[in-house]
Amino acid sequence: MYGKGILKGLGVTAKRFWETYTEDLAWLLRGKKRYYTEEGVRHRSSKDQKGIFTVQYPEERLILPEEARYLPFLVYNELADGKREILCTSCGICAKVCPPQCIWIVRSNDPTTGRPIPEPTEFFIDADICMNCGYCAEYCPFDAIKMDHDFEIASYGRNVYNMEQLLKSSEYYKSIRPQNYAREEAARKAEEEAKKAKAAAKAAAEAAAKAAPPPAEPPAASAADTQVNS
Amino acid sequence: MTTPAPASTSTIDLVARFPGVVQADARPGYSGFIVEKDSLIEVATAIRDEFGFDLMTAVTGVDYAPDKMEVVYHAYRTTGGPSLVFKVQVPRVDPVEVPSLIHLWPGVDLQEREAWDLLGIKFTGHPDLRRILMWEGFEGHPLRKDWKEGFYEEDTKPFKSRWPDGQFYMAEDKNPFKDNLTFPQNFDPEKWIPEGDALLYGALARYTVKSEEGISTDRIVINMGPHHPSTHGVFRAVMTLDGETIVGLKPVLGYLHRNHDKIGERNTYLQNMPFTDRLDYFNSMTNNFGYALAVEKLMKIPVAERAEYIRVIVSELSRIQNHLIFIGTTLNDLGAMYTPSLYTFEERELILDVFEAISGARMMCNYFRFGGVVRDIEEAEMNKIKDLVYERIPPKTDELDRMLSENEVLVSRMKGVRMINAEDAVAYSVTGPVLRAAGVPYDIRRADPYGIYDRFDFDVAVRYNGDLMDNYLIRIDEIRQSLRILDQAIKQIPQGPINSQKPQYQVRVPAGEAYGRVESPKGELGYYVVSNGKPNPWRYHVRPASFVNVTSLEKICVGTKIADFVVLLAMFDMVMGECDR
Ligand code: SF4
Ligand code: SF4
Repeated sequence: MYGKGILKGLGVTAKRFWETYTEDLAWLLRGKKRYYTEEGVRHRSSKDQKGIFTVQYPEERLILPEEARYLPFLVYNELADGKREILCTSCGICAKVCPPQCIWIVRSNDPTTGRPIPEPTEFFIDADICMNCGYCAEYCPFDAIKMDHDFEIASYGRNVYNMEQLLKSSEYYKSIRPQNYAREEAARKAEEEAKKAKAAAKAAAEAAAKAAPPPAEPPAASAADTQVNS
Repeated sequence: MTTPAPASTSTIDLVARFPGVVQADARPGYSGFIVEKDSLIEVATAIRDEFGFDLMTAVTGVDYAPDKMEVVYHAYRTTGGPSLVFKVQVPRVDPVEVPSLIHLWPGVDLQEREAWDLLGIKFTGHPDLRRILMWEGFEGHPLRKDWKEGFYEEDTKPFKSRWPDGQFYMAEDKNPFKDNLTFPQNFDPEKWIPEGDALLYGALARYTVKSEEGISTDRIVINMGPHHPSTHGVFRAVMTLDGETIVGLKPVLGYLHRNHDKIGERNTYLQNMPFTDRLDYFNSMTNNFGYALAVEKLMKIPVAERAEYIRVIVSELSRIQNHLIFIGTTLNDLGAMYTPSLYTFEERELILDVFEAISGARMMCNYFRFGGVVRDIEEAEMNKIKDLVYERIPPKTDELDRMLSENEVLVSRMKGVRMINAEDAVAYSVTGPVLRAAGVPYDIRRADPYGIYDRFDFDVAVRYNGDLMDNYLIRIDEIRQSLRILDQAIKQIPQGPINSQKPQYQVRVPAGEAYGRVESPKGELGYYVVSNGKPNPWRYHVRPASFVNVTSLEKICVGTKIADFVVLLAMFDMVMGECDR
């Protein structure tokens, strides 16, 4: 029959239209809210979604998975005396790996000793050039730079963030990426434990060495030690 | 279960067939043959006719500054098997001249023009050697090693200015005109006449068709694009019309050109990965795949077993969502307005949700690393994928099929409107669904398997009419085949590490060359990478499917009505980001 295909197609549309309302009704009868609740949004972006699937941004938002990445930020720990402990050591790896080269780090030397200060003096990220690739966070050896979830960065000018604008607390980091945070904390703890165990073992060995009579040729033994270490 | 991967290059002995003029390429890390310039046509004819390498897929040049330039050809057989790589070397003095192969393989047309534009290699015998990606008044050839752009900072990254005392400044401020163009000497924009357009219209004026008996009609030249809703980006088609019939057509590209190749040569190997995402922005997963393959070939490293499966899973999901958008937007081009695309976007969104959860981004995934992938697919995401593959996508595909495939309007617009026949498609180096819809069962996943595709049981979707209807239906076939692959991959995926290498921000790549190619949803996507052992690639070339497919646009459109042009173009599923790079 001519026109059957068109009717079939329209049937699909009619089904969607219908489903939107039956779904609404079903949620209503179950006493749940389909709109403006997290549950509702979650359902609308799941495989069981039927009918309308749009999200009423900005009143409603899609639920971001933990790994979602927008712009990087620097992590600091809040210390007991209110000071901030910046984790970054200005090692420069993120600036070297950044594909569009939008990270600029100023590292400075201690005026008295002339040795480099680990903490960066300045840290710029040109957020308009950042391609949100996540390399800086991925390759930072100190977990000092992380990818943010905040994507609302519209502005009238250029977004060149300096260190003040980039710093966010580790509490915030924990709130957006609980699993990553837990994993890193566990790794850090394990490392510290290992360090402590090593130190304890070393102290014990030293104590034992002291207690025991001095070895016949101490210089030779220490030379061997340095060789192993180097 | 594992079959050994086929050799990456063919074992044909060209040297014995052409003693004296052909040599094996003996540089360490290289393969293929070096052909004398004067015998290129003769050797190439034999390669095509005697040895049967009918599909010339990639042509590009390499600037081995300061002494020579090289043109590299990758030829394949449509029956499958590894490539035959041959090269011509010419001294790097102006003009650099190489005979054009356009009469043997018309598909090299745009690629030769690109090599001319970006590298300044003159292809003698090419009938229409104009710039293609840069504008006509552009100074120099940007891929030459001695060319420097307006914001030039340093030859290669990482730039030293960033650390350890990286005071921020804007690149624009270094240039008094705040633009990154360099102009030819004595250039006066007021007096400049765009010769390119004159040449372009001149090229179109070549076409003459006999007018209908008794009725004399004026031909009219019209520009469709670059900003036309149907061109899927900034693409311009200049057409000569005789009444409603297209009698001549030239594609004009370059409006979105970002010089991806040049950026790639200045980046380090790893830094290129997120840039590949931006080529075909619907398919960052397959783009990553091709590049990872090329560099892994160079580095000679294995890929972790679990990562191999993850790669297949994500690239097949990517194919599904790409074909879904294709169907939606094609219907849009046919005048179905917004409804079908909304329906297809629903499924796509669900797939992107998975991508976002595993990689961090919906479209710019940056998910592959050399030797594996960056992050594992956790249990929760795996369950989501299973839900999609087993419960959600199959019925939705059927529904889409039900809604569209018998629709009378659709059928009357598409059935019998010829796209391209098999012979022309091969000659014009068309790849992907368009080639398969013309009746050539050529799919790289089968013809020259990469990754672990040889372990899966699936059919190469093929249809034989080569009309629009078949081009559309083949996408639905491919979605179903992808679901088959996904089903097997999900069942077989082992536990284990997801990368065979330690994460490192600077990889060591030994000197040599490699060509990695994948069957992207649009056709063959290839990366030709040359390393000289340094941290940055010496040559990085992308062979995009859209760009090469559009070579055949003229062949396809001449003789059809202008009203069909929009759909004919849509069938290539072009993404200008990939086409212009
Ligand atoms: S890689 Fe990490 S520690 Fe090193 S400079 Fe960057 S943010 Fe700081
Ligand atoms: S996310 Fe990528 S582009 Fe952005 S600052 Fe980090 S490394 Fe650079």
